[in-house]
Amino acid sequence: MTDVSPLRAGHARWIAAWFGFFVLAIAALPRPALAIDIQRFTTPGGVHVWLVEEATVPLITVNFAWRGGAAQDDAARPGIANLLSAMLDEGAGDLESRAYQKRMEALAMRMSFDAGRDAFFGEFRTLVETRDEAFEMLRLALNEPLFEADALERMREQILTGIRDNETNPRNIMARTFSTVVFGDHPYGRAVEGTAESVAAITADDLRGYVARVFARDNLTISVVGDIDQATLTPLIDAVFGGLPASADLAAVPDIAVPAEPFVHSTELNVPQTTIQFARPGLMRDDPDFIPAFVLNHILGGGAFSSRLYEEVREKRGLAYGVYSYLYPLDHAALFVGGLATRAERADEAIAIVREEVRRMAQEGPTEEELAGAKAFLKGSYALRFDTGNKISGQLLMVQMEKLGHEYFTNRNDLIEAVTIEDVRRAAERLLGDGEVFIVTVGQPVDGSDG
Amino acid sequence: MTSVLFRRIAVAARACFLALPLLGVILIASPARAFVEGVETFDLDNGMQVVVIPDRRAPVVTHMVWYRVGAADEPIGQAGIAHFLEHLLFKGTKNNPDGAFSKYIASVGGQENAFTSSDYTAYFQRVAKEHLGDMMRFEADRMANLILTEAVVDPERDVVIEERKSRTDNNPGAQMSEALSAALWFEHPYGRPVIGWMNEIENLTLEHAISFYDRYYTPNNAILIVAGDVTTDEVRRLAEETYGKVERRAETPPRMRAEEPVHRTHRMVRLQSPLVTQASMMRTYVVPSYTTAHNNGAGWEGEALDLFAELAIRGSTSALYQKLVVEEKIAVSIGGYYRGSALDDTELAIFATPAPDVSLGELEAAIDRELAAFLDSEIAEEDLARVKRSVLAGAIYAQDSQQTLARVFGIALTTGGTVERVLAWPDRVRAVTAEQILEVGRKYLLKTRSATGYLVPPTPPRS
Repeated sequence: MTDVSPLRAGHARWIAAWFGFFVLAIAALPRPALAIDIQRFTTPGGVHVWLVEEATVPLITVNFAWRGGAAQDDAARPGIANLLSAMLDEGAGDLESRAYQKRMEALAMRMSFDAGRDAFFGEFRTLVETRDEAFEMLRLALNEPLFEADALERMREQILTGIRDNETNPRNIMARTFSTVVFGDHPYGRAVEGTAESVAAITADDLRGYVARVFARDNLTISVVGDIDQATLTPLIDAVFGGLPASADLAAVPDIAVPAEPFVHSTELNVPQTTIQFARPGLMRDDPDFIPAFVLNHILGGGAFSSRLYEEVREKRGLAYGVYSYLYPLDHAALFVGGLATRAERADEAIAIVREEVRRMAQEGPTEEELAGAKAFLKGSYALRFDTGNKISGQLLMVQMEKLGHEYFTNRNDLIEAVTIEDVRRAAERLLGDGEVFIVTVGQPVDGSDG
Repeated sequence: MTSVLFRRIAVAARACFLALPLLGVILIASPARAFVEGVETFDLDNGMQVVVIPDRRAPVVTHMVWYRVGAADEPIGQAGIAHFLEHLLFKGTKNNPDGAFSKYIASVGGQENAFTSSDYTAYFQRVAKEHLGDMMRFEADRMANLILTEAVVDPERDVVIEERKSRTDNNPGAQMSEALSAALWFEHPYGRPVIGWMNEIENLTLEHAISFYDRYYTPNNAILIVAGDVTTDEVRRLAEETYGKVERRAETPPRMRAEEPVHRTHRMVRLQSPLVTQASMMRTYVVPSYTTAHNNGAGWEGEALDLFAELAIRGSTSALYQKLVVEEKIAVSIGGYYRGSALDDTELAIFATPAPDVSLGELEAAIDRELAAFLDSEIAEEDLARVKRSVLAGAIYAQDSQQTLARVFGIALTTGGTVERVLAWPDRVRAVTAEQILEVGRKYLLKTRSATGYLVPPTPPRS
C-alpha cells in the first residue's frame, strides 16, 4: 500500500485494475537475487494455475480474476459487478448470510472481491490448518451464492449510502466527472458503483446473469502463493473453479480514443482546496514503447519524492501535499493522467506549472542523469514488491493478465536497463506529443487557460 | 479513512487503527514457526533501544527509527509541531544537505516515508539488505545534525497547510470527528488533531521546530527496529558504528500528560453543512489502553476490550450489526474499534449510518439499548471461541509482512509496552473470560464517559 496516489482514495475502484499493473511495472529485478520458482500447470478440470510454494508462514493466498469487470455491466444498470462484489459473502449453499459469515470468522479465513473496469477480482486467504474447510467456503461463494432478498437490500442500501455520501466529496466528484468527460457513453464512462437510480433497479437476476456470463474458465486467471504443494492444491482448485462453464459470454467492448485536444472542464464546489487532474492519450500496455514511456513518466511525475513535478509543485513552491502522474492503460483505451490539490487562489498557478513541465518534457525529454537515476530506482526497488506472500500472489496475477510471460520476472530488469536516452526521447514524443493536456477541476472556478 | 503512511503524513491515530485494528498487539501464534520467534532486543550504551525481527524470505530489510514523541507531547499553542518537524527532517543536515538522504535512497531503489501519531513519530526505509549500514549512517546523522533555513521551512509549512485542507477542510466528516475528539478529552492532548489546528500550523516557526528537535531527537528517546534478512550480530555491529556514536543530546522528561478530570456529562457535537449529503454518527468512550490497564494492575482489561469490540461492535457478525442492521434495519451500517495501543487512556468508538427513514436520535437510542442488552446478556462459549480464534489468527496473518511486524513492535514500544508483553499477547487473549468482557463493558461504556457526534445534511434526510 505504499506509493498510493492521492487520487486513489476517491478513485479506488476506477483504477483497481490499473493499480495492480502499476505495482508490477514499477518492478525490476535488482540482481538475479530474486529467484521465484513458479509452478505453472493446468488441472484435470481445465483450470490454469501459477503456484509459488512458500512455507515460512502457515498461510495460503489465492488471487483470481475474470476478464470482464464493470465494463460488462448492463448499460441500463451500471453497478451490477460492484453490487455482486458485496454479495458473494452474504450467504451460499445452505448457509444464509449470518451463518456463512460466522463460519468465515470461525475459520479465520479472509475473502474479498472487487469490481475493476476490465476485470472482476477476488482474493482469498486461509490458515493451513483449516485449508480444506475454507476452500469449501470459497467454492460455495462462487458456485452457489444465494442472493437472498434480505441480504440484497442490505448491500444495496450500503452502496446507495456510499453514493449519497460521495455526492459532495471532491475526489469522488473528480472520479465520476473525469470518467464522463473522457469516455462519454462508452462503458468506461459509467461509474463502477453505478448511480442511485441504477443501483436501486438491480435485481438478483441481474447478479445471476452476470455470474453466468462472466464467471467462466477461459477468462479466468489464478495465482496461488503459500504453504501448499501442487498435488494438494489441484483438487481444491478443481472443486472451486472446475465446475464453471468453459467459456465466458462477454459483450464486446469497443476501443475508444481519449481526447487529444486541450480543454478545461470545471465542476464548482464550495471548498477551500481545488482538486485538479490533467490528462492526454497514453500508450497501451502492449505498445513497444511502453517501458520507455514508463521510465519517462517516473522522471516527470511517477517518482515518489524525486520527480520534476514533485520538485516544482511541492518542494519549491509548497503548492500541494501530493502531485503525481501515471500511465493508465486499460483494455480498450490508454491515458496519461496526473493530478494534485491546491488552495483555490493558487490553482491557476499550479495548472500553469504543470503545463510548463509537461511541455518542457515533451520538447526536451529527460537528461542522461535523470534517466540513469530513474533506471537505478526502478531496478533496485523490484525486490520490495516480493517481500510478502500476498504481494507475490498479486504480482503473479497481473503478469498473467498482462500476458507478459513467466520469464518476465527474470527479464524485467534487463528491459529497464536497455532503455536508452533515444528511447525515452521517442517515448516523450509519442506519449506527450505537443505537450498539451486537458484539465478537469473540482472546487472554486479556475481560469485554467494558458495565461 | 484508511490513509496510513503516505508521503510524510500525519497518521491521524484514529485512521491508523481503523486500518489495522489489532496492530498494536499482534504476534506469534505457532511456536513451530521460526521467524517471529527470533525477535531480540538490546540497548546501545547511549540508551537507544534496538529490536531485531528476522525474516529471511527475501533479501530486503525494513529499517525504522521510532521516537517516543508525538502530537500529545507538543507545547501548548504549537499543535502540529511534531508532524511539521517530521516533514522538515527530510530537508538535510550539515553532512548530507539538500535531501541527500532521499536521493541516495532513490538511487538504490529504496522506499522511504515517515509518520506521526499522538504518541510517536517514526521514519523508515525499505531497501535491499546490503544498504542497511548506509541507512543507519544517514538516519543517525539526521538524529543530531539537522539544518533548517527559512527557505525550506516556509514552503514546507504551505505543504502541511495543503495536507490539512485535503484531510480536513475539504471534508465535513473529518471536521466532525476532530470536534468529537476535542469534546471527548477535557484536558488530555489526545483531544488535539495530530496535524494541528490551522491557526497554530500557520504560526509554526523554524525555532519551534528546532526547539522540539533538540528536546526529543536523541538516542535515549529512540528505538531502532530492523526487520528482514539480517542477524542480531550484524545489526548490533552496524548500530554501534552509527547510532552508537550519537551522543545523548537531551535527557527527555517523563511523558506526563495532563490527566482527565472525572467526566460527569455526555457531550454532543453536531455538524450540519451543505457538504453533508448522508447523515451519520459516531460515539467515542474514554477507556483504558493496554498500558494504562497494565499499570493499574488490570492488564487483562485491554484484551477484554479487544474482544468486547469484536463481539459487540466490529464487523458483520457483531451483536449490534446483527440486531440493528440485519434484523431491525434501523441502521444501514455499523462498526467500531478499540485503539488499545496508547500511552494513556484511549478511545473506543462506534460509528453508524441510519436507514433512510430513521433519525440520528432514534439510531443513537437503539445503539444505547442494544449495548445495554449485550451487557445484560451472557456470552455464548461458542461465540467467544469463534471470536478468539479470529482475533488470534491476526497474529499469523501479520507474520506475512516484515513491515507489519516492525510496526507492531514500534507502536508497542512507544506507547508504554515491552517486547515481552507483545509476545505474550496471544496468551492474554486466550485467558480472557466471558465475564471479564462484560465487566469491562459495564465499567467503561458509560454515557458520562462518552461523546457523540452527528453529521447532518442541511435539510432533514430524505425519507
